[in-house]
Amino acid sequence: MSNIIRGKAFVVGDNIDTDQIIPAQYLSLVPTIPEEYEKLGSYALIGLPDEYAERYVAEGEMKTDYPIIVGGKNFGCGSSREHAPISLGAAGCKAVIANSFARIFFRNCIATGEVYPVETDAELNKEIKTGDEIEIDLDNKTVKVISGGKTCETKDLGAVKAVIEAGGIFDYARNSGMIGKK
Amino acid sequence: MTMGMTITEKILAHAAGSDKVRPGENIWVNADVLMTHDVCGPGTIGVFKREFGANARVWDKEGVVIIPDHYIFTEDKTCHRNVDTLREFVREQQLPYFYDPANETYSGVCHVTLPEKGHIRPGEVLFGTDSHTCTHGALGMFATGIGNTDAGFVMGTGKLLIKVPPTIKFIINGVFPKGVVAKDVILKIIGDIGVDGATYCAMEFAGSAIEALSVEERMTICNMAIEAGGKNGIIAPDAKTIEYVRARTNKEFNCFYSDEDADYQAVYEYEAGEFVPVVALPYSPDNVKAAAAAGDVKLDRSYIGSCTGGKLTDFIFAAELLKGRKVCIDTYIVPSTAEVADALNKIRIDGKTLAEIFVEAGCLEPALPSCAACLGGPVDTFGRCNNGEVCVSTTNRNFPGRMGSKDSKTILASPYTAAASALTGRLTDPREYLK
Repeated sequence: MSNIIRGKAFVVGDNIDTDQIIPAQYLSLVPTIPEEYEKLGSYALIGLPDEYAERYVAEGEMKTDYPIIVGGKNFGCGSSREHAPISLGAAGCKAVIANSFARIFFRNCIATGEVYPVETDAELNKEIKTGDEIEIDLDNKTVKVISGGKTCETKDLGAVKAVIEAGGIFDYARNSGMIGKK
Repeated sequence: MTMGMTITEKILAHAAGSDKVRPGENIWVNADVLMTHDVCGPGTIGVFKREFGANARVWDKEGVVIIPDHYIFTEDKTCHRNVDTLREFVREQQLPYFYDPANETYSGVCHVTLPEKGHIRPGEVLFGTDSHTCTHGALGMFATGIGNTDAGFVMGTGKLLIKVPPTIKFIINGVFPKGVVAKDVILKIIGDIGVDGATYCAMEFAGSAIEALSVEERMTICNMAIEAGGKNGIIAPDAKTIEYVRARTNKEFNCFYSDEDADYQAVYEYEAGEFVPVVALPYSPDNVKAAAAAGDVKLDRSYIGSCTGGKLTDFIFAAELLKGRKVCIDTYIVPSTAEVADALNKIRIDGKTLAEIFVEAGCLEPALPSCAACLGGPVDTFGRCNNGEVCVSTTNRNFPGRMGSKDSKTILASPYTAAASALTGRLTDPREYLK
């Protein structure tokens, strides 16, 4: 993962659950099959209510224009389906910024390395709108809103940082000698 | 000062080979059972093969339990292919525990199948590729949901790195009033603490009212721990637990109990007599109101099924209320497993089987066991809300589009409330019919 993530933000609310990220009718797609991984990306966030003016991935497209999602609290609640972070990653999402994450989703982000889960105290999703440019500096733990010039801090990742830096649970276990080299 | 440990901490310490663990510690634990199903199994197998090689073997054949249950009765070819992927893997690895939809071993919903078939034992550690794996803490074990990547890791190593959760304790003493069942209790708690109120915490349920509940009702409570963000739900094992488990497996197990001086992040105390039948209105499981105070809500459908509300006890509650009465909206009866479906034709109330009671009340013919419409699923799924239906349901989630179309609405309720509401076509407090 690069240490600077910059791009347009897609803004959502609180409690975005896994059914809204990837509805159950698409779960027959198997993420480890490359064509189906791509297809999962095209359906990312398709379960959001129709009040959202824009789709995360435009109709007929496979990738999103928004590499950063900005949500509120409890992002990713609900099911343990790994299809959720995978659909976001497959669509081209690099990071999700939220006030808090549901833990299985958070864990699945880290285990897969698909998207970077970034927590902030600042309620960015109430301050910016879809399309605003954002820059996340992972080393300096800051998020900057380019248009408004506002910068806020991100929370420390704690013990999972070591797992992220290793590249996921498998590499972490290989580095520590717990399982053999691939 | 040395503090005691909670039941969750003791099970995790035992599984990590330590004397003591503390909340927040990251530890490697040994798994006893890994469960997967048709939705996450193929992806888990994909990760397992990618990381450990095409010829890798699972860590313990007896430890892997595969239960296809989500997308079984559908014409969708991709879903059929996924079950074939599981079959092929079971054959290749020679796994003894596979409940194949193609033959008489088929069971249905994984979270009801696991205890029925003796895979749930107190003191053990269960990881499952399904968030409702937390159900099984009801029998005094540590059980939690994980993603495909972590499951692929467990499949190859029998281990997983986890953070020890702090525990929140819910003590409920007294006697629940008639008409109040486990579903009302857990919905009330979720309503009180919110859908993120127990994020990454163990939710421990105790007190005389919990002890008085049957094993199945305890499962309903732990099942929805995830709806408050909980890592696991847990209830100390007792004579009922041991009798239930002993009837289904000969395997040895250990019972763990929280110490008197265990440390809790928070303790909530409730008086059982103060509970009333409740519902969770769209679009969140914490949008909880008393059934009697939810307003005049017109319904199109009533749905009784799933790991949360499709166990035998749930159908007994529904039948008790529907007996000799007529529903006025489409009412779906979806037994969770083949064993439950079988019991619908055997268990009688006043001489009539549960299935007879449902059909005479005007419900749709009981369906084949599976997860069915609880999570929407493929468009031809039985009971799926394909339009703008308003459905009162004994299931577990009511986020937008949960049971199918984004235009549909799900209202979560107990089997009593779902049955009473089927009689009136409006959200109804079941106590009106249970006097």
